[in-house]
Amino acid sequence: MPPVIRFEGVQKKFGDHTVLSGLNFDVAPGERVTLIGPSGSGKTTILRLVMTLEELTDGYIWIDGKPLTHDRRDGKRIRLREKQVAATRKQIGMVFQHFNLFPNMSVIDNVTEAQVHVLGRGKEEARDRGLALLDQVGLKDRAEEHPSRLSGGQKQRVAIARALAMDPKILLLDEVTSALDPELVGDVLAVLRDVADTTDISMLIVTHEMQFARDVSHKVMMFDGGQIVEQGAPTDILANPTHERTRKFLDSIL
Amino acid sequence: MTENLEALRDALPRLGEGVSITLQLTLGGALVAFLVSVVFGLLSISPAAPLRWLSTIVVEFFRGTSLVVQLFWLYYVMPLFGVSMDAVLTGVIALGLNYGAYGAEVVRGSINAVDKGQWEGATALNMSRVTRMRRIIWPQAWVLMLSGYNNLLVMLIKGTAVALFIGLQDLGYQIDELRIDTTTIFAYSIGLLLYYLIALVFSFGLRVLEKRARRRLGLPAGSAHASAGAAL
Repeated sequence: MPPVIRFEGVQKKFGDHTVLSGLNFDVAPGERVTLIGPSGSGKTTILRLVMTLEELTDGYIWIDGKPLTHDRRDGKRIRLREKQVAATRKQIGMVFQHFNLFPNMSVIDNVTEAQVHVLGRGKEEARDRGLALLDQVGLKDRAEEHPSRLSGGQKQRVAIARALAMDPKILLLDEVTSALDPELVGDVLAVLRDVADTTDISMLIVTHEMQFARDVSHKVMMFDGGQIVEQGAPTDILANPTHERTRKFLDSIL
Repeated sequence: MTENLEALRDALPRLGEGVSITLQLTLGGALVAFLVSVVFGLLSISPAAPLRWLSTIVVEFFRGTSLVVQLFWLYYVMPLFGVSMDAVLTGVIALGLNYGAYGAEVVRGSINAVDKGQWEGATALNMSRVTRMRRIIWPQAWVLMLSGYNNLLVMLIKGTAVALFIGLQDLGYQIDELRIDTTTIFAYSIGLLLYYLIALVFSFGLRVLEKRARRRLGLPAGSAHASAGAAL
């Protein structure tokens, strides 16, 4: 089976500033990988590249063995058409630090909108699935409300339900608890633990919640300056880091 | 003063006709301006560069040249090329193009003001460009647009007075006629008042729309410039 995500020689520059260069790594099907490292080390950029929110400067990203935005043909690197990109992107979902719920619709419509308009599901089917997911994240009774009436933690749980409604193979979690008040973090992480336990969705996770990272991820990759400093099982990396930079980083956040 | 009031009473039917012409220019002009603003506002953010250039050229042309001269072109020059139109229609088109060009900037600015996270949230759900605009971005930009449109509409109402230049007997013209039978200060005061009342009615209507739109987004009724979707 091909890796569900493969980074091959990925480079990303913002103007003159190089964030990632020559980055290679694989994520196996069903694998949950947590990216850690100081801010500016390129973790979030990696997630945004997979979601096609940023354009690759060079290199390739393969999803399930298929090119995401750029393909290699006869040794040349070519940009794929939007339609082809969309066909691959269908398998990827993302939850953002700032939720990004749509304020022009109710909670349930947030969860059904793309099911209907992207996946072409019937309204009834989308609603049933939406309610089931809202139930799973503990917010079924808030379905008809406006998102602005929810707390941050509740908004984030809706955002998780919204992403799951698209049946993604890959879920990207970008600092999903960083914008929350401390007392709301637990509920969101509990929902994600549940998703990790009950599905085989592959995940790329950027978080500062080390206990969560240890519990749900199969692998931890430590980044600094756009490079992988070290990687391995969470118990090894988080408890016994071999690199000075990893140790310093872990000390700084604990 | 009684003479003034008697003259005003006698002039009421003519003033009514003037108001009718002014309202036709306002409603027609606003409708054309709205369509022009949406089309060129959307073109200005198109991923295809030639469409963006087209929008820039058209918007700059109609914003940058005088409304009166545009009106003269439509009314006096176009017939030389075999295109002649009724004066009201000419006024509607000139006002529509001119204010539509300003409106295109309102549309572009409002769309760009929608929080970046909303675009990204829609992309992460794999929405197509059209779905993203139609279902997510436009409904949020609409709230911001309404306050810009409100300004433009009030300006357009007052701008309809240029119809005088192509011989239309609009409210401005009738006020000028009224002056023959009343004092100058009385006639022009009535003029100010009538334009103000018309503007007030339209402006109130748009503000009601804006309030409703804000409520739908769960925003407070106040400040129009809070960026939509920022905290969601």
